[in-house]
Amino acid sequence: MPREYRTIEEVAGPLMLVQQVEGVKYDELGEIELPSGEIRRCKVLEINGQNALVQLFESSLGINAEHSKVRFLGKGLELAVSPDILGRVFDGMGTPKDGGPAIIPTRMLDINGKPMNPAARDYPNEFIQTGVSAIDGLNTLVRGQKLPIFSASGLPHAQLAAQIARQAKVRDGSGNFAVVFAAMGITFEEADYFINDFRRTGAIDRSVLFINLASDPAIERISTPRMALTAAEYLAFELDMHVLVIMTDITYYAEALREVSAARKEVPGRRGYPGYLYTDLATMYERAGRQRGKEGSITFVPILTMPDDDKTHPIPDLTGYITEGQIILSRDLHKKGVKPPIDVLPSLSRLKDKGIGEGKTRADHANTMNQLFAAYSRGKDAKELAVILGEDALSEVDRIYARFAEAFEREYVSQGFEGDRAILETLQIGWKLLSMLPKNELKRIKESFIDQYYGKD
Amino acid sequence: MANISQGTIVKVSGPLVVAEGMRDSELFDVVRVSDKKLIGEIIEMHGDRASIQVYEDTAGLGPGEPVVSEGAPLSVELAPGLIGQIFDGIQRPLARLVEMAGNNIDRGVSVPAIDRTKHWAFQPVATVGQVVVAGDVLGTVQETELVLHKVLVPPGLSGTIESIEAGDKLVTETIAVVRNIKGQSVHVAMLQKWPVRRGRPYAEKISPDAPLVTGQRVVDTFFPVAKGGTATVPGPFGSGKTVIQHQLAKWAESDIVVYIGCGERGNEMTDVLMEFPELIDPKSGYSLMKRTILIANTSDMPVAAREASIYTGITIAEYFRDMGFSVSIMADSTSRWAEALREMSGRLEEMPGEEGYPAYLGSRLANFYERAGSVRCLGSEGRIGVLTAIGAVSPPGGDLSDPVAQSTLRIVKVFWGLDSALAYKRHFPAINWLNSYSLYTDKIDAWMNQMVTPDWSKLRSDAMRLLQEESELEEIVRLVGQDSLSAVDRLKLEASRSVREDFLHQNSYDEIDTYSSLNKQHRMLSLMMQFYYDGQRALERSASFRDLINLPVRDGISRLKFVPEAQVTERADQLARELTEQIEAAIPQGVM
Repeated sequence: MPREYRTIEEVAGPLMLVQQVEGVKYDELGEIELPSGEIRRCKVLEINGQNALVQLFESSLGINAEHSKVRFLGKGLELAVSPDILGRVFDGMGTPKDGGPAIIPTRMLDINGKPMNPAARDYPNEFIQTGVSAIDGLNTLVRGQKLPIFSASGLPHAQLAAQIARQAKVRDGSGNFAVVFAAMGITFEEADYFINDFRRTGAIDRSVLFINLASDPAIERISTPRMALTAAEYLAFELDMHVLVIMTDITYYAEALREVSAARKEVPGRRGYPGYLYTDLATMYERAGRQRGKEGSITFVPILTMPDDDKTHPIPDLTGYITEGQIILSRDLHKKGVKPPIDVLPSLSRLKDKGIGEGKTRADHANTMNQLFAAYSRGKDAKELAVILGEDALSEVDRIYARFAEAFEREYVSQGFEGDRAILETLQIGWKLLSMLPKNELKRIKESFIDQYYGKD
Repeated sequence: MANISQGTIVKVSGPLVVAEGMRDSELFDVVRVSDKKLIGEIIEMHGDRASIQVYEDTAGLGPGEPVVSEGAPLSVELAPGLIGQIFDGIQRPLARLVEMAGNNIDRGVSVPAIDRTKHWAFQPVATVGQVVVAGDVLGTVQETELVLHKVLVPPGLSGTIESIEAGDKLVTETIAVVRNIKGQSVHVAMLQKWPVRRGRPYAEKISPDAPLVTGQRVVDTFFPVAKGGTATVPGPFGSGKTVIQHQLAKWAESDIVVYIGCGERGNEMTDVLMEFPELIDPKSGYSLMKRTILIANTSDMPVAAREASIYTGITIAEYFRDMGFSVSIMADSTSRWAEALREMSGRLEEMPGEEGYPAYLGSRLANFYERAGSVRCLGSEGRIGVLTAIGAVSPPGGDLSDPVAQSTLRIVKVFWGLDSALAYKRHFPAINWLNSYSLYTDKIDAWMNQMVTPDWSKLRSDAMRLLQEESELEEIVRLVGQDSLSAVDRLKLEASRSVREDFLHQNSYDEIDTYSSLNKQHRMLSLMMQFYYDGQRALERSASFRDLINLPVRDGISRLKFVPEAQVTERADQLARELTEQIEAAIPQGVM
């Protein structure tokens, strides 16, 4: 039986100071027993001589410094895992909240995980077909990649994420798929949308859900994503499954982190977020990937809402520096009725070149992708110019480009949230659009491909 | 030898551990923390209390546990066996760690950096009775097909060789005995150690004047970096910093490349690890991995070791520089290194400078870049060794007023500014030609004029002027439209568009386009400029603008980048002829 301390000196926000402790370790998990018998959890943030500064994982409501007891458990926060976690719904602390029985664990896993040795990683290079042209054709997702969706309030990121979760497959249809979904601080309705969508499509049977709603204590959000990633690692690297992890919303997670940092009176970095936000986010995002000698993989699609649509805000900014690209949703396209409103120009998949080409998609994929980007970019410039000067001021070629940009948004990007296009269909639409341009404008495509596909419908 | 002292932990806060009873240890001594024997380094002393930054995860540590000093500063091991390895920030071989601890990195694992069981064929160069000074070559080891590793007399030693022996040796075995000035016999092994925070000594620094040829057109032609120079690539995410660093690591004309992945993505290191062994160096015909050393401290690995990784990398680079090699070091990204400094500084409760970074950020950065350079090495031979340093910076939101970017710009001589607008247009490398600069241009122009072609500097400055004029014309076009420009100005726009799209734009994923020799760069740019000059003359002689821009030969010029090196000269000659003929044909007959 671990020693109990009745020496809580301070409780302030998410932090608590316990004095005269002995043998307490850094990062150790603790339990607080309230006078009512209720048990809450905490972890050691700093240990200085006999003083332990702990961070609560749950609300501090009702903690009484005089009559509450603290025990330290000699281990970190753990998640109980077994193959039975599939199809279950948990709260942010890993406790079942679907009314089902508790998990009988085959293993207890530390939720912090351990850094993956770069020499043991296997490079992600297997094409995942999401059925969304703007992703498959231009910002290709591959197995083991971390590709966030940068959204903003009022944009349909939930629909897009659900669409990806529903449609994602590899071309030969092999593999054992699972979805791990973590909700941090989102509303009941949004969480309900995902759960219903998973139920509707039967995906729920191969999903694990961790739900922390906006009404749950903010502080629980710090452990939620780590619970989810621990479950994902278990499924991927022990049960050999291909796991798609979807998390929403990283912004709320970072805000919870800021709350703890402010309570600790740490020197703030940009916009009050702690200086270690990059490292903290990285220890989550980097858990995605593939490992040598393991069948499974973790593909990670975190969703974040950019405050005020600002891409340079610390959360999207630091995320972009860690993840392998980003899918950016645009308010303008959303208002034009483009579904999904993916703005392909600032979107990027860094691993796309490894997942496309002969044997994976088709030999001409890389060339057409570059040409579509260049042409759409030039078409958008031409359209902007036309707004200022009128269409007449455009050169003949620029007028074609402007028309191309229109058609591109309408036919290529806007496919609806139910549309599921095979990659060959996506490529074919691409060629149909490129055929609007004169042949000599297609400078980024090898001549042999032009001969093979140009103008053929 | 410093005193070995043992203390006990009193405080643990993240990677910072405070221990008491450490009075006898010295600042920057390496310590082993707790029974888990985690590696740490003393960074502050207050009385007998030492503040220690721990290079491994400190979860589970608590007061009362022991701390033992090793009595020596953080050092790297230098010997044959470095090339082709991947190390973490404190030089632990990651491939060995996989064998010992599995796919995830465990704590407290102790592995020697250099394989102690491997024999190397040592070939003496020095002879018995020869008088040697520090830096003289004792002998050589063929480490890989590309690298002839020179075993040098270590700094601080000089004397007469008493014995030296050829044969298959372990790195720890004595290869030579040197009687020093005091008359003592010193046994020299191939394995040497050097503290990472101190630069290795050299005889003198030399001002660099030759370019580091990288095969990247925008770099070599417009913003060249000198051998022994320093350069920085700042840019927002997605603008292609890492791709540029990889390209330079692949193609830059170096004997040795040290690539430091500092707080970056794990998959990027894996990419290098898997791709480099398969890439063949065009000059030697051997795999690029046979000249590359990787230091990987990915963003999920402990933050304190990230701080050390930069020093580990540059010390290894200096070691090879001392052998007379041309060494390039790429650090991706120095911003993550600065963040590690900031995190430790915060935990030490130091007074923060700008944006929470410590006030010594600038001096630490300067110290790192100043370790680059072209030097005359120690030793009686007077070997020249070169160390070129290229650091990426990841400023928040791409904003260059960031303290790391600003401190870096004050030191380095070449600035490749990456631009997200170019990246969106998929113009790669997204180096903005309007705001980038190289302070080596003058010196390198002289070299290029002599070694490549006499008209190099003229060609370069004309092309740059054309690009500048384009940006001014674009403003006018934005206001009044293209039609209102004169034919001469429209030709200017056309010509500079071709320089932009066909010359500056370079596809690093295309087999052929990924590398352009100086000859190819010269031929491409001359053709484009020839079109511009001859086009202007043709316009004066009443040629129609429309005819000029639709010349069939222009398609060939824009595809010259996909022509293999061996055929470039022939194809370029042909294109030049066609260009002259077609422009001639575009001029109406009878007009003089």
